[in-house]
Amino acid sequence: MIAQLTIQERQSALMILGGLALAGLALAVAGGQDLLAAHGWLTVVCALAGLFYVISGYFEPEPSPERLARYYDEPTKAGVVIAMIWAIAGLFVGDWVAWQLVFPDLAFEGAWSSFGRLRPIHTSGVIFGFGGNALIATSFHVMQRATRARLPDQITPWFVLLGYNLFCVIAATGYLMGVTQSKEYAEPEWYADIWLAIVWVTYFLLFLRTLARRQEPHIYVANWYYMAFILLVAVLHVVNNLAVPISFGSAKSYSVFSGVQDAMTQWWYGHNAVAFFLTAGFLGMLYYFLPVRAGRPIYSYRMSIISFWGITFMYMWAGSHHLHFTALPQWVQTLGMTFSVMLLVPSWASASNALMTLNGAWTKVRDDATLRFMTVAAIFYGISTFEGSFMAIRAVNSLSHYTDWTIGHVHAGALGWVAMITFGSIYALVPKLWNLDTMYSGRLVELHFWLALSGTLVYVFAMWNSGIIQGLMWRSYTEAGTLSYSFIDSLVAMHPYYIARAVGGLLFLLGALVGFYNIVMTIRTASAAQDESDAPVLGAAVQAGE
Amino acid sequence: MAVEERDPHSGYLTTGHEWNGIKELNTPVPRVVFVFLALTFAFSLVYWLLMPSFPVGTTYLKGLLGVDQRTAVTEELRRASASRAAWARRIETADYATIRADPNLMGLVRETGRPLFGDNCAVCHGTDAKGGPGFPNLTSGSWLWGGKPEDVARTLQVGINAAHPDTRASQMLAFGRDGMLSREDVDAVAAYVQSLSDRSVSSGPDAASAAAGAKVFASKCVACHGPAAKGSTSIGAPDLTDAFWIYGGDRSSIRASIWGGRQGHMPSWEARLTDLDRKILTLYVLDLGARAP
Ligand code: HEC
Ligand code: HEC
Repeated sequence: MIAQLTIQERQSALMILGGLALAGLALAVAGGQDLLAAHGWLTVVCALAGLFYVISGYFEPEPSPERLARYYDEPTKAGVVIAMIWAIAGLFVGDWVAWQLVFPDLAFEGAWSSFGRLRPIHTSGVIFGFGGNALIATSFHVMQRATRARLPDQITPWFVLLGYNLFCVIAATGYLMGVTQSKEYAEPEWYADIWLAIVWVTYFLLFLRTLARRQEPHIYVANWYYMAFILLVAVLHVVNNLAVPISFGSAKSYSVFSGVQDAMTQWWYGHNAVAFFLTAGFLGMLYYFLPVRAGRPIYSYRMSIISFWGITFMYMWAGSHHLHFTALPQWVQTLGMTFSVMLLVPSWASASNALMTLNGAWTKVRDDATLRFMTVAAIFYGISTFEGSFMAIRAVNSLSHYTDWTIGHVHAGALGWVAMITFGSIYALVPKLWNLDTMYSGRLVELHFWLALSGTLVYVFAMWNSGIIQGLMWRSYTEAGTLSYSFIDSLVAMHPYYIARAVGGLLFLLGALVGFYNIVMTIRTASAAQDESDAPVLGAAVQAGE
Repeated sequence: MAVEERDPHSGYLTTGHEWNGIKELNTPVPRVVFVFLALTFAFSLVYWLLMPSFPVGTTYLKGLLGVDQRTAVTEELRRASASRAAWARRIETADYATIRADPNLMGLVRETGRPLFGDNCAVCHGTDAKGGPGFPNLTSGSWLWGGKPEDVARTLQVGINAAHPDTRASQMLAFGRDGMLSREDVDAVAAYVQSLSDRSVSSGPDAASAAAGAKVFASKCVACHGPAAKGSTSIGAPDLTDAFWIYGGDRSSIRASIWGGRQGHMPSWEARLTDLDRKILTLYVLDLGARAP
């Protein structure tokens, strides 16, 4: 990998890693006995390993200028593999906590293995580890292809990818030790947040620099979405994580917001993480890989425009629907609800734009599991956005809130939409990256598809049932006017559904394992040959970007 | 830049853009999209007019319906308690014996008592009130603090070893750990205590040990557990002769009770449950015991 870097880049790598080692050391020293020190040392170890790696390859010959006529795909390749590793880890922990809800003793009495610590490892592992790495990897691929420009240099993409994964590792190890600021999907503490902000701004600049050098007059829809994703996640992350550490030697910090303002900021963030991380970014994937795989033009450019602006504008207002019937002033709840209802239209326009693009390619959907992954993803996108708008309505929310219905909804989106579009895109991308015509085994892709689909359906139906039963039990009264059921009664009623959910999760995990095996085998059979047509400018040298 | 072309499948023109092989059709946005946009917007507009919506300066638009979630909840709670008032008053005012003799009222006690017990007591005493290690069975008829309704009501009100100023206090001393008895004496008295409810001990290999234990018991334990080991409800000392155990009736559990002492903790419910709820729970618990086989 070092051979791909120019000498100047190797020097900057050394400087960056040296700086990181010093920053880690500073945290370790300032932390003393605090858990912060553990993360300081972890950073030092990672930085030293990086330094060692760069130095060991430092004197390799520089890359030839011919590379500039080609796209730079090495970070994408690494990102895809890392994403799959996180997928397996995150899904495994998810299924573990699902079984813990059935058999609480599966925590084995450890503090680190208690439900409260493992749950964020699952959520961060799949959202940030799997989803985030898949987004970064595919965005590197798509931003180059749809602009016909090579990434502006070799070091920034590596900084973004590896820096992001350092953040993920700090987050996950922190949860195990009990380091958390208790904000859902924003659990990591202040030092991890600062690091992510640096990485993320670099990512945004990388995107802009590539875009600025594009050789296409127009910017393709996929890149609009990727850009919205990167820009807005930066804004959300910075605002929601504004906090004051109790000292620079402590991992603990307190949010600058308090009370209901804190709740509102958190759910403005939380819901827009769904919007810009889990929707916009993955729509970028959908808009690129679906038409490529189907070999069909996008159904309607105009629909792309109205859905893009509808989604980006309306999502921003919708977060307060997470706080219906709380201390949040009712007028804020009203806005959250109504914008959620209006949001349904652009969301469905997007989903139908994708499905209509398949007109003329439905036989491929039947025969090609990769395209079927993407198709099912678009369908689940439609289902879960409908469900989301529906659940945002106050009357519905009074039944669904705090129940497993919410969990079912999230997983219709996370498994059915986000994971399916990612697997589809990865199966479309991997053979291209490693210069092959197809994956190692088409039948394993097919197997993965059915495992993923059945796992999702079992999961989602279990949670829909369980959630609605729960909601009804909590609100049913005896004739005397007192509650009919205790909370424990509702838990007992959930038991069979929790088993079903854990089984569904297991199927999904098995699918991911099959996928990982297939990807590894594909990489092992990769050919060294290069596809000459996959270059910024056919037959000509590209303008130097460095 | 590519020129516009006609897609043979749909018959629409492309926009003329192309990115790495991806093209876009210039299909007009289907009318339904606009219809639904208009509908959802109209719905929102009406909702904004009727309900509290946008902020204006330091206040906000109150909405034509004048709905407010706080007053709505208060009103609902008031109405709910009014609808319960008729029977609630009867339970509040009637004495225990009258209620227990009235099948209608007892029906209400069972109906409301079950979820109350499930939400507040089952975590420790179990959903069936049969307890578990460390938490007494409330249906056994063998009471630490007495089984009269007034006794149970008092236990609920002040708790046991709880934060309430008048809490019931119970203390089983750590005879072994604190050196008041030797190891052999602890073993002996444990054998003796077990023999009180399990006759096979006095005829088995531990007969001698149990006999020695009887002496230890007479000197160290009778003060609280009484000469016949029947316990004392005034200090919450359990009857050691029956089949009901809080911490277990096998030899090693008994030995652990004597060696390390026990201080069960039962919260006080005075500040957490209303007088009515505690009265219902008292009746409910006694009723469970009365109906237990
Ligand atoms: C935190 C656990 C806990 C909870 C919750 C709890 N209890 Fe208890 N309760 C205990 C323990 C422990 C004892 C026995 C104390 C002792 O060993 O002296 C006890 C004792 C009692 C007794 C006295 C038994 C006797 O033999 O005199 C009654 C009655 C009782 N509980 C009823 C209730 C009711 C009704 C509730 C619900 C409102 C409740 N408890 C909730 C732990 C609990
Ligand atoms: C100061 C009063 C006191 C003395 C003295 C005392 N006990 Fe206790 N004992 C108690 C109380 C009170 C409890 C109930 C503790 C609880 O439930 O938390 C108890 C509980 C026990 C238990 C557990 C019963 C069960 O249901 O699990 C055993 C066994 C026991 N005592 C044996 C003895 C023996 C043997 C002695 C003499 C060596 C002794 N006690 C002396 C007050 C006393």
